[in-house]
Amino acid sequence: MDVILLQILNGLDKGSAYALIALGLTLIFGTLGVVNFAHGALFMIGAFCAVTLQKLLSLSHTVIDETQTDFLGNPLKIEKPYIMDWFGPEIGGGIIEWAVPLSILFTIPVMVAVGFAMERGLIKHFYNRPHADQILVTFGLAIVLQEIIKYFFGANPIPTPAPEALSGSIDLGVMIGFEVNEIVYPLWRMVYFAFAAVIIGAVFAFLQFTTFGMVVRAGMADRETVGLLGINIDRRFTIMFGIAAAVAGLAGVMYTPINPPNYHMGMDFLVLSFVVVVVGGMGSLPGAVLAGFLLGILESFASTTWATTTIPGINQVIIYLVAIVVLLTRPRGLMGRKGVMEE
Amino acid sequence: MFGLNKKDGLLFLVVIAITLLAPFLLNPFPENSGMAQFNAGYPDLLQRFAIYGIFAIGFNILFGLTGYLSFGHAAFLGVGSYAAVWMFKLFTYNVVPAIAFAMIVAAIFSVLIGYISLRRSGIYFAILTLAFAQMSFALAYSVLSNPKFNLTNGETGLQVYSNDPQMFHRDGLPNLPHIFGLSVRASYELELGGWSFTFNVGYYLCALIMLIAFYFAIRLFRSPFGMMLRAIKSNNTRMTYTGLNAKPYALAAFVISGMYAGLAGGLLAAMDPLAGAERMFWTASGEVVLMTILGGAGTLIGPVLGAGLIKYMENIVSKINDNVLHQWFAFLPDGMEDFMVTIIHPFVGKGWNLTLGMIFVLVVIFLPGGLVEGGQRIARLFTGKKARAAEKSSQSTPAE
Amino acid sequence: MGILEVKNVNKRFGGLQALGDVNLSVAENSVHAIIGPNGAGKSTLLNVLIGKLIPDTGSVMFEGQSVLGRKPYEINQMGISRVFQTPEIFGELSVLENMMIPIFARRDGVFRMHAYENSSNEHEIVDQAEAMLESLGLAEQRHEHSASMSRGNKRRLEIGMCLAQNPKLLLLDEPTAGMARADTNNTIDLLKQIKDERDITIAIIEHDMHVVFSLAERITVLAQGSPLVEDTPEKIKGHPKVREAYLGESA
Repeated sequence: MDVILLQILNGLDKGSAYALIALGLTLIFGTLGVVNFAHGALFMIGAFCAVTLQKLLSLSHTVIDETQTDFLGNPLKIEKPYIMDWFGPEIGGGIIEWAVPLSILFTIPVMVAVGFAMERGLIKHFYNRPHADQILVTFGLAIVLQEIIKYFFGANPIPTPAPEALSGSIDLGVMIGFEVNEIVYPLWRMVYFAFAAVIIGAVFAFLQFTTFGMVVRAGMADRETVGLLGINIDRRFTIMFGIAAAVAGLAGVMYTPINPPNYHMGMDFLVLSFVVVVVGGMGSLPGAVLAGFLLGILESFASTTWATTTIPGINQVIIYLVAIVVLLTRPRGLMGRKGVMEE
Repeated sequence: MFGLNKKDGLLFLVVIAITLLAPFLLNPFPENSGMAQFNAGYPDLLQRFAIYGIFAIGFNILFGLTGYLSFGHAAFLGVGSYAAVWMFKLFTYNVVPAIAFAMIVAAIFSVLIGYISLRRSGIYFAILTLAFAQMSFALAYSVLSNPKFNLTNGETGLQVYSNDPQMFHRDGLPNLPHIFGLSVRASYELELGGWSFTFNVGYYLCALIMLIAFYFAIRLFRSPFGMMLRAIKSNNTRMTYTGLNAKPYALAAFVISGMYAGLAGGLLAAMDPLAGAERMFWTASGEVVLMTILGGAGTLIGPVLGAGLIKYMENIVSKINDNVLHQWFAFLPDGMEDFMVTIIHPFVGKGWNLTLGMIFVLVVIFLPGGLVEGGQRIARLFTGKKARAAEKSSQSTPAE
Repeated sequence: MGILEVKNVNKRFGGLQALGDVNLSVAENSVHAIIGPNGAGKSTLLNVLIGKLIPDTGSVMFEGQSVLGRKPYEINQMGISRVFQTPEIFGELSVLENMMIPIFARRDGVFRMHAYENSSNEHEIVDQAEAMLESLGLAEQRHEHSASMSRGNKRRLEIGMCLAQNPKLLLLDEPTAGMARADTNNTIDLLKQIKDERDITIAIIEHDMHVVFSLAERITVLAQGSPLVEDTPEKIKGHPKVREAYLGESA
C-alpha cells in the first residue's frame, strides 16, 4: 500500500508538467486549430526565465575582504552580489535563494509577450494554410528557439536549486498514519503539484466563469458559428495563445529545481505531451489533465526496480505502449468527443 | 526510353549524367585554392548526397503524393542500419545481403507502425509517427541494450567486433563492407593539373542504387497507383465515394517509403559499419521533411535537390569558424568586420542547427512549393506574359 | 419493389428526432426527388443512404441487400454514386485524371497495387475518360487543373465522374445550390440527357422547385423528419399538406 502511494506521489510531478503542457496544447489546438510543435520550446523558455533571473540576481562584483586572507596570505577576494549591497546580506541573500519562486512574477509577462509575438508574428499567417504547413513552421520555430537558448546558455544542464526552506523532504506517511520514514517525499515536488493544481484550477475557472472564457469554449466547440456572431475572435485567440504560453512557461519555471534545465528539455516533454493530448482526446481540456496525471503516475510505476528488472527499460516506453492501446481501443482518446477535429 | 515519357526520360538521363560525373562536377576548385573548402566531390560527402537522396525520394512518395506527414521516418532509417550491421556481424561483410535485409526489416516495421498510425489522419498521424519514432529511439538507446538482450549496444552504437561469428567471412576478403570482394573504401585518385578527383567504390554503389530508386519513383509517380495516391491528398471524400479504399493505398505508400528509408539506412551502415540510436532521433526525421519541402514536395527531382543542398550546407557551414569569417570580411573596415563576424557567428560551425531551423521556417513561409516551384516562378518571369495572362483569365471566371 | 427500399428508419441525435419512421421506395429507372423545408431531415436521410450514418432502427435495402454498416466505398461499389452539395472533385489533378479515377475504380475495385504501369499507357481507360469528357463538353479543358474550372463545370465533371462508374443509382444532394441561373439550367439539361440515355435511377434532394419540377417523376415531401406525402409532381404542386409544411398555412 505504502509503495503504491509513494509511486503515485512520485508520478505527480511529471504528471503535473505533462498536464500543464498538454493543457496549453489543447487550448491552442481547440481554439486556433493549430498544432503547436513549438509548445515544448515555451516550456523550456519558461525554465530559462528562472535561470536568467537567478543569474541576474547573482550578478556580483569582487570585493577585497581585509579581515580574511587566502592560503597565500593575500587579502581574500570574494564575489559579492550587488543585490546584497543594495538590500543588505540578509534580504539580498534571501532574494537570491528564492529566485525560482520569484521568477514566476518575471516569467508571466515574458511568456505572455513571447506568446503574443509568436501568434501575431508567425502563427496567425498559418490559420488558413494546411495542417502540414502549421506543423512544419512551428517545428522549425522550435528548433530555432532551442538553438538560440543553446547559444546563450550552452548545452549543459544548469542547476537551479529551490529555496532552502522548500528543498528538504517531508514525511507524508506520518501525517496519514504510516510508520516513520515510509513515505518520505521531496517538499518541492509537493509544491510543484500544488502549484500545478492552482494553475489548472485557475485556467478552468477562467474558462468557466468569465464571458471571455465562455466565448473561447464556444469557439472550441464550433469555431465558424462564433466567428459569424461577429465576435472578435482574432484578439481572443491571441490572448488565449498568450495564456497557453504563460501556463507552459510557468510549468517550466517551477520544474527547474526538479530537473536542471537544458536546451532540449522542451522537445523531450513535447513529444510526451502530444501523446498525452492524444490519449486524453484531442480538444478535451479535462482529458488533457486527466491523461497527463495518469501517464505521469504510470511512468512512475514503470520506473520501480521491480518493473525495470521484470521488463528492462519499460519506463522508457510505457507511455507509448499505453497510447497505442488507447488509440486502438478508443480512437478518440479517453475523453475525446465525436466529431472534434475529424475529417 | 525505359518506359518513361520524353520529359521524364530526359530528366532521368540528366540525373544519371550528374550522378556519374559528380566527382568531377562537384570539385570545381583546384585543391590548393582558397575556394577548395567549397568542393563537395569527396567520397564521404558524395555518399551522403546519394544516401539522403534515397531517403528523401522515399519520404516524398508518402508525403509528396498522399500528403500524409510522417514525423518519424528516421526510425526506419535507423532500423535499416541496425539490420545491416547485424548481417555484417552474423554472416558476412558483403553489402548485398545486408542491404536486402535492411529493406525487409524496415518493411516489417513500417507495416506495423503504418497500420496503427494510419487509423488516424492529418495531425494525429504526424503525432503518432513522431511518438513511434521516439519510442523506437528509446528502445534502441536503452531498452534493447541490456546485458541479457543486447540488440543495439545502446549509446556506443552497434558495430562489428573481431569475435563476431561472421559465418561466411573468408580470409582474403576485405575486413570492411565490400561488394563481392571489392571494398567500399577502395578509390581511384585522378590528378589533373591542380585538381584531384576521387572515384570511390562506395559512392558509385550508392549512386547506382539511388538511380534505381529514382527510376522506381518516376514509374510510381506516373502509374495509376501514383494517381490514386495524389487523389488521396487532393480529396479523400471523393476518393471514398468513388468506391476506392484509401487505407491500403496509404499503407502501401507508407511501406514503400519505409523501405526506401531502410535502404538508405542499410547503405549508411554499408559505408561505415556502425549504427547508433541518434539516427532515429526526431531531429533526423525533421531533417528529411525539410529536405523534401526545400526541394519541392510532390515533385520528382525536388527531394534529391533538397537532400543534396542540405547535406552540402551542413558540411560547409559546420566547417566555417571565426577565422574563416575574418578572412571573408577582411576587406571591410575593422569595426565592420568584427560586427559582421559577430552577427554570423551563431549561425555557423556548431550553430548549423540554428541555420537549419531558420531555413525551415523561411521555406515554409515563403516557398512552400520548394526550389522546384521557385525555379518555375523564375522561369515564368522570363517566358513572358502569355502564361500569366492565361492564369489571370482562369482566375477571373466567376467563383460564385 | 423499388431499387432502393427504406423501411421504418429512425435516427435520434440526443433529444432531437432527426428521422422518424421514414419509409421510402425509389422505383428503378425513375427520377425521385426528396424535398422539404430546412431541418426536415433531408441531409440526415442522405447520410443514412450512403453509409455515413447508421440509423437507430429500420433498414435500407439496395437491390435486396442491406447497405447499413457498410463502408462508403463498399456502398459505392454496390452501384450507388453520390454528387455533393459543393462539388467534390480532385482539385489538384487534371480534368482528365479526375475522369480516369472512377474508371479505374470500376475496373480494379477498391484497391489495386498497379504501381508499375504508366497511367497514360492505359489506353482503354484514357479513351473512355476522353469520350466521357467529350460528351460533357469538357474535352478542351482536359489538361487543366480541375480546381481552376467554373462552379458549373466542376458540377458537370463531378456528375460525369459518378456516371463513369456506371452506377445503378445516382444520388444528388442539392446539385444546383449556389449556382447561377444559366449553370442551373445546364445542370438540368445534363440530368435530363442522362435520364434519357441511360438505365439509371436518380434520387435528388433539392431546394430549388424549378429543378425538382423539371426533372422528378415522383416526389417525397419530408417534414420534421418524416415523410409527409409521396406523389407525382402534378399532385404535389397543389397539395395542402405540402403548402402547410412550407408556408406554415393551416389547411
